[in-house]
Amino acid sequence: MCLGIPMKIIDIDGTSGIVENKGIKLKVELVLIDDPQVGDWVIVHAGFAITKLTDQEAQETLELLKEENFIE
Amino acid sequence: MNNNFDQVPGELVEKLKNFKAGRPLKIMEVCGTHTVEIHRWGIHNLLPAEVKLVSGPGCPVCVTPSYYIDQAIHLLQQDFIIATFGDLVKVPGNHSTLEKEKAAGGLVKVVYSPMEVINYARNTGKQVVFLAVGFETTSPGIAFTIHQCSELGINNIKFFCAAKIIKPAMEIIIRNSEIDGFLLPGHVSTIIGSQSFNFLAENNIPGVVAGFKPLDLVSSILQLLSLIKSGNNQIINNYSRAVNQSGNLKAQMMIEQVFEPGNSEWRGLGNIDHSGLKINQKYRDYDVEYSVDLNIPREEVNTGCRCGDVLKGYIDPPQCPLFKKQCNPDNPIGPCMVSKEGSCSAWYWYG
Ligand code: SF4
Repeated sequence: MCLGIPMKIIDIDGTSGIVENKGIKLKVELVLIDDPQVGDWVIVHAGFAITKLTDQEAQETLELLKEENFIE
Repeated sequence: MNNNFDQVPGELVEKLKNFKAGRPLKIMEVCGTHTVEIHRWGIHNLLPAEVKLVSGPGCPVCVTPSYYIDQAIHLLQQDFIIATFGDLVKVPGNHSTLEKEKAAGGLVKVVYSPMEVINYARNTGKQVVFLAVGFETTSPGIAFTIHQCSELGINNIKFFCAAKIIKPAMEIIIRNSEIDGFLLPGHVSTIIGSQSFNFLAENNIPGVVAGFKPLDLVSSILQLLSLIKSGNNQIINNYSRAVNQSGNLKAQMMIEQVFEPGNSEWRGLGNIDHSGLKINQKYRDYDVEYSVDLNIPREEVNTGCRCGDVLKGYIDPPQCPLFKKQCNPDNPIGPCMVSKEGSCSAWYWYG
């Protein structure tokens, strides 16, 4: 029930907007996030965008793990 | 967005498999989506023999007590329409489920977003009660919906609020179970922030905020094990693409505007002070408990379901005598088998 899905904002109309991922489109409320922009990736849960996602890639996680000597 | 989180480097997997803890360790996750993803990808099978990973009270449907369902059915019988998230309709109360009541003619409307209830109520014109369950991930949206109802002057929606706060439940868990470290819930953390879990560190228990891809999970578990082994009791945020230290302040303000902390009953854990959100005085007109007497007789039926012990991390679902026998997804005896994010369901489908 706490499922959150990463989706991209493709349209904004006032305090709500349309998000999309893999061809699925949803109307969501954008009131809980700061300064939503078309093109932003957000986590969507139960009809609300609950946080913006930074476009940080797996590579960074891997670099971090290397720094901490988890992997060589 | 880049999708290579799906690939976990083999060396990381080997590192996890060969991790030498030096003593038996018990770690816990407290998020239903973690439960499912860990089992779906078989990540629990990568753990060394001395490390045990258990599921805690992280699925809002699973921690909802049967009495709440009895009360919801009571409302249905008082001619309210019940609007709810889909997972809740199959949860057994002590005598029936919302699904069975619907088949018998009760009006039950399943919604994806609490905001859908506003249009629905406008169209039907009848009295609708929304079953407000969920953790901090869900509560801000429910709070906003209540606020909107008030702004729009809608007078045929009420909320039956059983929203929960995760921290007090975790405090009970750490007092009663020996947990060496926590995999912390990614989406709850987007709202409350990673620093909300500092109480764990203060109790000498480390934690790692984890995302949901296999790489997130494997790397977070590895980080957690290393923290435990080195006695480094800190909270690490390994889901920084979605979570920051202080969380989503707008969402926190929304919760504070509409709710106040109150007691809440958890399946398996009982009543916990300040572990629930109640609608505050300003929005009281939207609280169904304020206008309808919901103190119906409590008639707890003992089904033999051990969800309570599963939620405390005392047993794994296969240790429940009913697992895969009387209890299965077609005939769930307890909520942990109903919800797709319940432990019993995850064990049933993925082992
Ligand atoms: S297997 Fe079924 S009866 Fe047993 S604890 Fe899980 S939900 Fe309850």
